[in-house]
Amino acid sequence: MNYLLSIRNLTIKGRSDEAWVTLLDTISLDLKKGEVLGLIGESGAGKSTLGLAAMGYTRTGCRIAGGSIVFDGMELIGAPEEELLALRGSRIAYVAQSAAASFNPAHQILEQFAETPVQHGHMNFDEARQKAESLYRRFQLPNPERIGFRYPHQVSGGQLQRAMVAMAMACDPDIIIFDEPTTALDVTTQIEVLAAIKEAIRLRNTAALYITHDLAVVCQVADRIMVLRNGKLVEEGETRCLIDDPKKDYTRALLNVRRQKKETIPPAGDMVLEVSGATAGYAKSQNVVEDVSFQVRKGRTVAVVGESGSGKTSLARVITGLLPPSEGQIRFKGEVLPSELKGRSKEILRRLRMIYQMPDVALNPRQKVSRILGRPLEFFFGITGRANEKKVIELLEMIEMEPEYYDRYPSELSGGQKQRICIARALASQPDLIICDEVTSALDQLVAEGILKLLQRLQNELGVSYLFITHDLATVKAIADEVIVMLQGRIVEQGSRDEMFAPPHHEYTQRLFCSVPEMDPDWLDHLLECRTGETLGFFKKK
Amino acid sequence: MAFFKLVKMTSTGARIGMGMVLITMLSAVLAPVIAPYEEAEVVADVWLPSGEGHILGTDQLGRDLFTRMLYGARNTIAIALLITFLAFLVGVIGGLLAANVGGWVDMLLSRIVDVFMAFPALILSLMVLSIVGSSIPVLIMVIALLDSTKVYRLARALAMDIEVMEFVEAARLSGEGIWWIIIKEVLPNAMPALIAEFGLRFCFIFLFISALSFLGLGIQPPTADWGSMVRENAGAISFDIMTPLWPAGAIAFLTIGINLIVDWFLHRSSQIRAQ
Repeated sequence: MNYLLSIRNLTIKGRSDEAWVTLLDTISLDLKKGEVLGLIGESGAGKSTLGLAAMGYTRTGCRIAGGSIVFDGMELIGAPEEELLALRGSRIAYVAQSAAASFNPAHQILEQFAETPVQHGHMNFDEARQKAESLYRRFQLPNPERIGFRYPHQVSGGQLQRAMVAMAMACDPDIIIFDEPTTALDVTTQIEVLAAIKEAIRLRNTAALYITHDLAVVCQVADRIMVLRNGKLVEEGETRCLIDDPKKDYTRALLNVRRQKKETIPPAGDMVLEVSGATAGYAKSQNVVEDVSFQVRKGRTVAVVGESGSGKTSLARVITGLLPPSEGQIRFKGEVLPSELKGRSKEILRRLRMIYQMPDVALNPRQKVSRILGRPLEFFFGITGRANEKKVIELLEMIEMEPEYYDRYPSELSGGQKQRICIARALASQPDLIICDEVTSALDQLVAEGILKLLQRLQNELGVSYLFITHDLATVKAIADEVIVMLQGRIVEQGSRDEMFAPPHHEYTQRLFCSVPEMDPDWLDHLLECRTGETLGFFKKK
Repeated sequence: MAFFKLVKMTSTGARIGMGMVLITMLSAVLAPVIAPYEEAEVVADVWLPSGEGHILGTDQLGRDLFTRMLYGARNTIAIALLITFLAFLVGVIGGLLAANVGGWVDMLLSRIVDVFMAFPALILSLMVLSIVGSSIPVLIMVIALLDSTKVYRLARALAMDIEVMEFVEAARLSGEGIWWIIIKEVLPNAMPALIAEFGLRFCFIFLFISALSFLGLGIQPPTADWGSMVRENAGAISFDIMTPLWPAGAIAFLTIGINLIVDWFLHRSSQIRAQ
């Protein structure tokens, strides 16, 4: 069998703290022409390392310890750098996770498109422009003749990601490596990019490595899937076989991860938070939150759902007092809440806490866990010394962490552990309401599931209420009692979770719901067929 | 004991740096004991090469160069260090405060700093020193104030970046006060860059003092300092006499030593920060 790319027993080691750590452990894979191989796993599984290795490249601080990488009969390990350079971009292309960070903001999109083909001598600038235009048209970018002359910050995230897929196609490569190309996007935008990727692969019968942590996404594009964990192969199989009949527990856990559901409880309990007619904005003329009203009851979770820019986080800022509303009123435990942070008493601050999306920046890297958790105890309750230490250890137990973490810095913890510390910091002051702003979005799915379970357990035990901001509907299903759907600063629909998940839906809610990928390889094709007259018309042509 | 523990943790580079600084410090402290002559005593002929009786030879007035190097270490290090500390004290407090409070406080402080920075530092200090008269306390105050404007700029820029991080917002939402946030949340995270700047600024101040001395408004003769010793003996170079190289070498020696320590410190703190 003649494979386009053939990797045998590849082992890659990375340097960390004066020692070599194995990042990839004797991985083998074969890729035929026109085949799409999905690489799936959590962070640290070695997916990206493998993806880069397929181009004969390793990140600084890494070295290839053994094995071989053969591309179209040529051994890439130890090949001269000029030969590798001639391959990269030309015969092997790469699409990165964040288009916004990968484009150079100082150059027009088209200039960056043309750079590789012109440099490799495949075409001149004018031919490159025509090619870009035809690709932009295929990928349904608005105004394909003109969009290339814009700068990266002038187009939306989803459009930029599609422009990057087009850029990868510039030299008609044999293989494209997609490294989490849709992870940073909203669900409705993700569909457009996924459609563009499918189109790109179909167009030239290109082979692809598709790297992601989301099994539902990968099964839309991949013919075969490899599950990786800690640099080792867990399982490999045809997409349908793997989804229908996973052999390993780990794969099964990944498949089941988004099927958690909270049981339905009828609304009861005291009001904790009542927001009525809140309107707020950063500039006078433009409101980012408009006429928003809802309530949160004791021991309940209200989920605020919406895409980026829908005003979810601004709503949280209104409630916490960082963005005083211009109209409307917020009542907390029956009393009117002063609109500005400065006007709020220590008691109010104690009862209303917040957890953030990125635990990395929400914890001071220079403070140990003992200080991070000890401070609210000292600040709100005046607990110091031995009693403080005892309380912190109790908090650690509450979030299912060992007492040995007491003396650690945040950099010595994993992402999930950091988020647990953030939860403990919020709980330390015994609050009535915690605002959770996308608290699971930056985490691996299995880790996120653990966090959701923890939050649910703490709610059952302590009776704390959550205002849960998220863009992920699976998360909503797992944790919410009530749901608010926001679009452009307004509430488009609200109600109990069960009502919201059953039809009929508001038009936007419908669109949001059906954009969430399902664990079904045919889901995307069906969806695209159903959508007529929309932006994704090109799939209808088939 | 804590000191030995710290030394044990250091890298080879840092140990060399510490050794270099320690040698300079010791010679400064022990100058009266080690020095064979008085600080301003004329003992021999002008610009003698190094040899018997004068390890490093003599300077442009026939004073023993080794003696003056030892006393020079005293004056230079003490004054330059004091100025650097003062400049950082004023600049860092101002910068962090401006970034935290913002609004009119930031506006006022930044505009004052702009005014100071609009004048060339040398001209401004010449003006002030010639009006008030050059004495060491005045010298320290003037240079510290001028340099604090640069430290202010850096501290403010660093703090602006840190202020927007969510851990600062979390502290603010908990109701923590301004000074707590500045000192406990922001300052430790700005520290690595500030310490690196400290090493650099110390060297600049060093050279600035010698420039002033050359113009007759710095440390006044016959008090020895390395900067003015280089300037005073600079002419010797054209006669193939290496006298000015000794104080110049001493400046380089101390500067390198300090920067080796700073480098290690930076490396260590970036490890804590890296995720």
